Amino acid sequence: MIPRSLLIGVATLLAVVIAMGVYLRHMQRQAGELISPAASALPVPPPATGPTETVTLYVADDAAGILRPRSIQIPLPGGRQQRAEELLRALLRVYQQPGSTHALAPASDIRSIYLVDPGAAVIDLNAAFADQHRSGILSEQLTVNSLVKTLAANVPGIQRVNILVEGKTRETLAGHADLTDTFDVTTIEQAESQ
Amino acid sequence: MLSTTTNHTLATLLAASLAIVALLSAATSAATSADDKHLSVYSSVAVYTVPVVERSGLEYVGLLELMEPLGRVSSQSQGSHWTLRYNAVDAEFVAGRTRARIRSRDFELPAPFLIENSRGLIPVGSIDEVLVRFLGAAVNFHESARRLFIGGAGTQVSFQMDANIPPRLVLNFTAPVNPSISTEPGKLRMVFKRDPLLSPGSQSISFDTKVITQASYSESNGDAELDIAASEPLMASFSNNRKTITVAAVPTGTTPNGNAGIPESSGGQNQPPPAAANSAPVPRRTVVVVDAAHGGDERGAALTDTIAEKNVTLGFARLLRHELELRNFAVILLRDGDTVLTLDERASAANVTRAGLYITLHAVSQVNGSGVYTALLPVEGASNGAFHAWNAAQAPALAVSRIVAAAIAGEMQKREFAVRASSASLRPLNNVIMPAVAMELAPGANGVADLISANYQQRAASAIADAAASVRDRLGVQQ
Repeated sequence: MIPRSLLIGVATLLAVVIAMGVYLRHMQRQAGELISPAASALPVPPPATGPTETVTLYVADDAAGILRPRSIQIPLPGGRQQRAEELLRALLRVYQQPGSTHALAPASDIRSIYLVDPGAAVIDLNAAFADQHRSGILSEQLTVNSLVKTLAANVPGIQRVNILVEGKTRETLAGHADLTDTFDVTTIEQAESQ
Repeated sequence: MLSTTTNHTLATLLAASLAIVALLSAATSAATSADDKHLSVYSSVAVYTVPVVERSGLEYVGLLELMEPLGRVSSQSQGSHWTLRYNAVDAEFVAGRTRARIRSRDFELPAPFLIENSRGLIPVGSIDEVLVRFLGAAVNFHESARRLFIGGAGTQVSFQMDANIPPRLVLNFTAPVNPSISTEPGKLRMVFKRDPLLSPGSQSISFDTKVITQASYSESNGDAELDIAASEPLMASFSNNRKTITVAAVPTGTTPNGNAGIPESSGGQNQPPPAAANSAPVPRRTVVVVDAAHGGDERGAALTDTIAEKNVTLGFARLLRHELELRNFAVILLRDGDTVLTLDERASAANVTRAGLYITLHAVSQVNGSGVYTALLPVEGASNGAFHAWNAAQAPALAVSRIVAAAIAGEMQKREFAVRASSASLRPLNNVIMPAVAMELAPGANGVADLISANYQQRAASAIADAAASVRDRLGVQQ
C-alpha cells in the first residue's frame, strides 16, 4: 500500500509540472508577438561560412546625387552566383541602417542573381524592393547605378545587367527608372564619372 | 508580265494605302483646325493663349488653364461638382448646370458648365463675368475676336504719314511690339499674336498719297492685324526699341520675297528705311515639345498626401509653354489635361512633330536639388543599317541634348536653384529622335509648397526657356 503522503507529494509535483507547461506556452506566445514585422522582414543575414573578403560597395548619397565607394569586409561563399547575391545583400543592409544616405525599405531584398555568360547578369528583386521604393528620377537611378556598379566591381566579367522584380520584367522601378532594357555597365560607369 | 493574282494584290495594297493616307489627312486636318481656335489673354502678369473647344455648337475654354498663369490655382472634381481656388477665392460649378458660385455669390452662366476628364469648361461668353468675379479687376473682352485684356493691358497705335518722296508711314506704338510681317500684292500685313494691340479708333484710315493708300485694323481668333494697302511693294523696319515701325515703298531694283519685316535698326525713328537687299527675314519659330509626365491613373510620385506629381507637372508644363512662346518658340503640349499617355505614345507623338527640342517634366518632393537629365542609353537592340533601334533612337541627338541640359542647369543656377545635370534611364528620352531632356523639379527652401507655387514654377520655367533660347541655333528644325 502506497503511503498517503507520497500520493499527495506526487500529485502536487504533477500539478506544478502542468502549471509550468501552461506558463511556458503562454510566454512563448508573448515572445512571438513581440517580434516586429519589420524585423522579421529583414533579409536573412549572410552565412558566416566562407572566407572574409574586402569588397567595394558603391553607396548612393541622395543629397550629393552620387555614388560613394565604401570598402567593407564580409564573409563570401565560394560560388560566383552566391557571392554576387551576398554582395548585394551587404549593400542593402547599408541602405537599411538608420540614417542611411539612401534609405530602402526594410523588406527590400535580392531574390536571386543569375550570371549568364558571357558577361550578363540578371538581378531579381523582391516585390517590396520596388513597391516601397521612393519615387523619383534621381532616387531610382541611384539605386540602379549602385546595384549595377557594385556588382560589376566585385564580380569580374559582368558587362550587362538586367533587373527583374519577382522574376518578371517590370516597366519602371518606382515610376521612373526604366527596367525594360539592359543596362550597359560601361555606360553607367561613364555617366557616374561625369 | 504580272499575273492576275499579283495585279489583284497590288490593287488591294494601293487601295489600302490610299485609305490610310485619306484617314491620316482627315485626322491631321481635324487636329489642325482644333488647334487653330484659341483665346489670347493679355495681362500685366502674363500674356498667353488658351485653346478653345466647341461643344454642342458653343465655344468653351478650360477654366483652370485660363486662371493658372494669373496666380495660384488648384481645382478639384468630385462627381458632377467642380471647385476651383484662385489665390484665396473659391468657386463652385456643377456639370450641366448654368448656376455657378464665386466668392459665395451665385450667378448664371450663358450655357451649362462642362466637366471633361476632370477639366472644368466654361462658355467663352461667360469669361468676362467669371474673371471679374475672380480678379476684382477691370476686364475688357473682345468676344468675337477672342481677345481678353485684363487690368490696364493694351497697346495703342498712332499713324503718321510722311508725304515726302518716297512717302513713309510711321506707326508709333505705346509699347514694344513684335508682329509677324508679310507682303502680298498691294498689301503689307502685320499680325500681332502676342501684343495686346488695341483698335486705333477707326477700323480704317485713308492716306492722301498714291503709294500708301490705307491702313486697316482687324482682329480675329486671338490675333490683331494691321494691313497697309499700297500701289507699290512695301517693306517695314523697326526702330525706337521696337516701338516704331516705318513702312515705305521698296526702292527700285529690289524685290521683297514675301517677308517684309527687317530687324530693328540702330538709329532713331526718323532715319530712312534701309534697303530691302540688306533685310533679314524675321526668325522662324523652333518647335519645342513639352511633355507633362504621368497623367490619368498614373499619378507619378505622391508629393504629399494630396498633391500628385501628375498635377504639378501639368501646371509646370503650361507655364513653360507660356515662357517658351514669349521667346518665339512654337510649343506643343503632349498632355494638356489629366489624360493617360503611354511612354511609346509620348515618344511617337513627339517624333512625328519633328520638333527641335523635347522636354519632359517631372517633380519630386525630396529637397536634394532639381535635376536635368539626358538619356542613359541601354544596350542597343537590333539596328537596321543607319537606323537605330527604338531603344536607342536618341543616340544621334544625344550630344545636343547634353548641351541643352548644361544650358538649363546653368540658367537655373543663375536663378539660385540647386540643380545638377546628369543622365538617367528614363523613357521616353531614349526613344525620342530630337534633342531631349528631362527636368525633375525639386522643392526649394519652402519645402513641397514650392512645387505648387506659381512664382517658383515661373522662375524655373523662365530659366528653361532662356536656356532653350540660348541654344536655339543648335536645335535646327523650324516651323
